[in-house]
Amino acid sequence: MSLIATGDPTLFSIVQLSLQVSLTAVLLASLIALPLGALIALFRFPGRGVVITLLNALMGLPPVVAGLIVYLSLSRAGPLGQFGLLFTPTAMVIAQTLLVLPIIAALTRQAIENLWEEYREQLRSLGSGRIRAIPTLLWDARITLTTVVLAGFGRASAEVGAVLIVGGNIEGVTRVMTTAIALETSRGDLPLALALGLILLVLVALINGTAYLLGEITSRNMQ
Amino acid sequence: MSLTRLLSAALPLLLAAAIVPTAQVAADAPFITLASTTSTEQSGLFRHLIPHFTERTGIEVRVVAVGTGQAFTIGRRGDADVLLVHHREGEEALVANGFGTERRDVMHNDFILIGPRSDPADVAAAATIAEALKRIFEAQAPFASRGDDSGTHRKELELWKETGLSPGGRWYRELGSGMGATLNTAAAMDAYTLADRGTWLSFRNRQEMEALFEGDPLLFNPYGSIPLNPDRFPWVKADLAWQWHEWITSTEGQELIGSYLIDDVPLFFPSLER
Amino acid sequence: MSVTTMSPDPVDGALVELNEISFVRSGNAYLDRASLALRPDGRTIIVGPNGSGKSLLMRIAHGLLKPTRGHVTTGRRNGCPLRQAMVFQRPVMLRRSAQANVIHALTLAGTPRRRRREHAERALASFGLSQVADRPARILSGGEQQRLALARAWALRPEILFLDEPSSALDPAATKAVEEGINTFHEHGTKIVLITHDLGQARRLADDVVFMCCGRIIEHTPASRFFSSPVTEAAAGFLRGELILDTDPPVEQPGKQGGPSF
Repeated sequence: MSLIATGDPTLFSIVQLSLQVSLTAVLLASLIALPLGALIALFRFPGRGVVITLLNALMGLPPVVAGLIVYLSLSRAGPLGQFGLLFTPTAMVIAQTLLVLPIIAALTRQAIENLWEEYREQLRSLGSGRIRAIPTLLWDARITLTTVVLAGFGRASAEVGAVLIVGGNIEGVTRVMTTAIALETSRGDLPLALALGLILLVLVALINGTAYLLGEITSRNMQ
Repeated sequence: MSLTRLLSAALPLLLAAAIVPTAQVAADAPFITLASTTSTEQSGLFRHLIPHFTERTGIEVRVVAVGTGQAFTIGRRGDADVLLVHHREGEEALVANGFGTERRDVMHNDFILIGPRSDPADVAAAATIAEALKRIFEAQAPFASRGDDSGTHRKELELWKETGLSPGGRWYRELGSGMGATLNTAAAMDAYTLADRGTWLSFRNRQEMEALFEGDPLLFNPYGSIPLNPDRFPWVKADLAWQWHEWITSTEGQELIGSYLIDDVPLFFPSLER
Repeated sequence: MSVTTMSPDPVDGALVELNEISFVRSGNAYLDRASLALRPDGRTIIVGPNGSGKSLLMRIAHGLLKPTRGHVTTGRRNGCPLRQAMVFQRPVMLRRSAQANVIHALTLAGTPRRRRREHAERALASFGLSQVADRPARILSGGEQQRLALARAWALRPEILFLDEPSSALDPAATKAVEEGINTFHEHGTKIVLITHDLGQARRLADDVVFMCCGRIIEHTPASRFFSSPVTEAAAGFLRGELILDTDPPVEQPGKQGGPSF
């Protein structure tokens, strides 16, 4: 417990790694998933219903399964083994990106589809094709999409299954908040585990709070 | 408007600051990946040993702690450089099949039978571990098994084989968990369980549990070090791994192992084999 | 924006020509062989009872929908397709400021970046919206939003402006402002095509009137003639305030159009 009070450097590096991994994963996932969700929303193509159903289903992809898939891919014996990425923070980012991508894509798809219904005629009247409309729609939906991205971040920062399997919970290298909590729990040091859990909660609340404040300031500034 | 611009500029910078340092974690110092078991790591042995090794050789040791079954899988897939596990049969098979270069004894500790202080099956009075287990079987006292193909689990199954009994039924609970988690559950269930001494000594959530039976030679738990075979896995850091392999079986390494105490009790006994 | 086909340029210098347009969905003919030529001079007002297909016709003329049968031909000026804009019954504004909405339209039209702000400001000024330029467009009043829609269209300098009941949801003062805006376009040479259910507005604005009923164009007459003595009995009934019901079943028939058929 004194670890926390004294601002122990180990604790700090665990927190920093947790944020780095989850934030990077959410960023990467958003870069892919936001335009992807918009594309699926706007275009009709054969099998569209299947794709949408699949995306929605993958929102519930269990983190351990995502971790297992990435582990088998990145293992030396696996197809991507030559990069030697197993048991590194990079592997953790990959696993979490995989986990978060469907969430952001599926929810973006729904939001953009709703907007398109409202805007379709006017935008086409103004000469905007569907591709051209994508940045317009994404920006217009920014408030909803911020919540969507935060939901993705929540998922990433809360999960332990994926990062544990692909990261190996190596002390000082791939240990993050959630895996540290799991470790201390299995050590029987429940007070420490609980304290770490509280710190994680506070951290996530801070990030959400910042995003909320940002949104408020932005919308107030518009008037 | 300018406040918004300021904030929307600040946020990416914040993110960049959070993310960029990850790049630095790339191989600055040389390191090896050591696959070991959760019980070994949780005993705290590595924290005691590794700093000395790194000081002597400049090599970092990254410990991936998993169940024994998974450690062998890591060995067969070549995802580590060296193994430190406690299952002699599996270790010898790994070497025999060409995944590992050789096997050396490193240390041993023992398993002990943990149970509720009230000891409903009266195992404390048993003469051998086989008898102790038989008493639990007959009393149908709750027993928590790791059930996860770990070294501890494999040892437990071998001991049951010794008794000639097949445990099963409501009192025999297979958890599929690590040692710490199993101890937590056993404490909550007032169940008996088999644990390695190392994990037990560093376990903090004992509640009403005690070490009730120990000392039978069958409870002996030897550890082996196996560097992975560079002929089989060309990417393995064979030289660095060999340095570790030599060091923990050297006088210095062995002495350090023997000097690791919790509450003035040593957890592991060095093999002192050379 | 247009749905043009392989036909030659429209005849007689018409801006947009609709030829035998039919629109069928689920077996129902919502438009039945409608033909119409929109000529450059004069404000064309389209009237008719609800469900007569006016909005549908306008959307097809503007290119938002494809007809089931028939084709639309749009003229060209100097080899370029005619610029068109449309104002809808409910204004559709993006979640940004009024000015930003106009700038967005200018961006789509390809206006060079450094000119956009200036053009937007002028367009807003022309419609009395300079005060609200930086306010979020969606919190403006209905009348202001509709004027913003006009300002946005103005910035595009359209050669044809389609309007689908632009003031039906507005109070008289706002309606007056919208009509003044429409006349601004007209004075600058933009062809006006407007749908309204407000006969007073039709009388105020029309140079020629298209009367539709039940998916067909019943007559297309100069305004002075239409309001005093329309050609068809159906139009006369409509002007008297009667409810016009379709007596013919909506199936394919050898058509009678533009002349007295009832």
